[in-house]
Amino acid sequence: MARKFSNLPKLNRKALTGYLFILPLISILAIFVLIPVGASLVLSFYKWDIISSPRFVGLQNYVRLVGQDLFWISLKNTLTYTVAVVAIGLVLALSLALLLNETWLRGKTFFRTVYFIPVITSMVVTSMIWSWLYSPMYGILNYILKILGLPMQKWLSDPKLAMICIILMTIWKFLGYHTIIFLAGLQGIPEQMYEAAMLDGSNWWQRFRYITLPLLKPTTFFITVMAIIGSFQVFDQVYIMTKGGPLYSTTVLVVYLYNNAFRYFRMGFGCAIAWVLFGIIFIVTLVQLRLFRELIEY
Amino acid sequence: MVKSKILSSRGHTGRVILRTTLYSIALLGAISMVIPFLWMTITALKTEAQVFTWPPQFIPSPFRFQNFIDAWTAVPFARFFLNSTIVATSVTLGSLLFNSMAGYAFAKLKFPGRDIIFLIVLGSMMVPVFVTIIPVFTLIRYLGWLNTYYALIVPGIASAFGTFLMRQFISTIPNDYLDAARIDGCNEFRIYFSIVLPLCKPAIAALGIFTFMAAWNDFLWPLTMTTTEEMKTLQVGLSFFLSEYIQKWTLHMAGAFFATIPVILVFLFFQRRIIKGITLTGLK
Repeated sequence: MARKFSNLPKLNRKALTGYLFILPLISILAIFVLIPVGASLVLSFYKWDIISSPRFVGLQNYVRLVGQDLFWISLKNTLTYTVAVVAIGLVLALSLALLLNETWLRGKTFFRTVYFIPVITSMVVTSMIWSWLYSPMYGILNYILKILGLPMQKWLSDPKLAMICIILMTIWKFLGYHTIIFLAGLQGIPEQMYEAAMLDGSNWWQRFRYITLPLLKPTTFFITVMAIIGSFQVFDQVYIMTKGGPLYSTTVLVVYLYNNAFRYFRMGFGCAIAWVLFGIIFIVTLVQLRLFRELIEY
Repeated sequence: MVKSKILSSRGHTGRVILRTTLYSIALLGAISMVIPFLWMTITALKTEAQVFTWPPQFIPSPFRFQNFIDAWTAVPFARFFLNSTIVATSVTLGSLLFNSMAGYAFAKLKFPGRDIIFLIVLGSMMVPVFVTIIPVFTLIRYLGWLNTYYALIVPGIASAFGTFLMRQFISTIPNDYLDAARIDGCNEFRIYFSIVLPLCKPAIAALGIFTFMAAWNDFLWPLTMTTTEEMKTLQVGLSFFLSEYIQKWTLHMAGAFFATIPVILVFLFFQRRIIKGITLTGLK
């Protein structure tokens, strides 16, 4: 009997079909994600500049890493950035979502659309436009300051202000996105709960604190976790607006990694940075999961 | 139907004032979303001299469209656009195909190790790009794929997130539907293609939009994988535009205009679908 696909025993055929269906995805995933993950861990124990062959150095990269001032500066900058962007951004987004959720507010679609415009434009373009807005000599932001009688600033050239500039721009860019997700969460809260509370004579703050916030916990948790994970990985806008300067005040961990790997060709060292950052994100996420689990039990 | 969650116990005038204030705030915020893009356009229409004036001119006179032509030719914009289009489209199509196939298999087909493999796929979703970028760069170099479309397209096709989304969606399709087709003698691929896919239109639309946007806007990856000018995608090309022509704000803004306005127009056209899709992917 010829060995055809349809002649295989039914169980084998089913299994084969399953494997065939996942084959394309799994192959690419294995080659470009799974194996590289292992490779990057292994590589972090070597010293390699691409040109010569890799040299095993054990934990030397990691030891060197913690001894580098720039690593700690990058870490600090990344943490500052993350806390600012997430805390301020989410508070603003929730406030806006509460407002847009009001029944008396007209033009919801209009607002949703307009607030979403910065979200869909690329980070590169947004960075370009804001670099122009922040321009010390002819940028419009300094002009506004001048009109208000405030001193003009050097913005992106000022080591004390550059990070704030980037933070501000990022909050502006993602406000619409976070608002939409909060809105979806808000709309999942049943009207009856507010009705009952109002009949009981509660004020707005009480309703917010005892109905809205608790019922919003899953949404808030989700947004916060994703926002933190994303913020830790900031790169594009820093690279375009300041390249990590001035005076390393905006050097964040991924910029630090990029420079080491692709400007100085310290491949092994770069991998060590990658794994330390990965570890940090992992731990932070775990902590949040733990916190959330506790908060959820009342 | 509850009239308002805010201020139901105030007097009528107080309510009107508060609502007007809040509405104005929302409106101001909305305007601030758009003003930077307006300013971009205004700057793009000015002459160099008009840009470096103080106080800044709000309406350029005359309108100078030459900037757009200059920007287009100063760097090979057409090529950048072409590259981005090819890459984003290929990634999206490939991703939709591979991810929906895998999603179908994980949702509806039985094979040994299915759940373990799916868990591994999910796990890979948590791997950030910076972890794999160094080894993958090395691999791409080794394969000779540096500065080719392959480097930009292939790695981006496998998306654990996309597979997850498709699997969740497909698992809501009733099994009877598929069993009936199987009894009729359809093979799995026909079932996938003729029955499952058409039922997945919302998920495919959402994932397609999401994937296209991510691929179009991607920066770090193409930055690393392309060193020659003709392979740069639009985003990378723009960033080099910046370093080549420092302080040439009119050119920069004209370039930014090219890169942004098509995207904004497409968005405005499809906005309902897009926002719905992004919310869908966000919540799942």
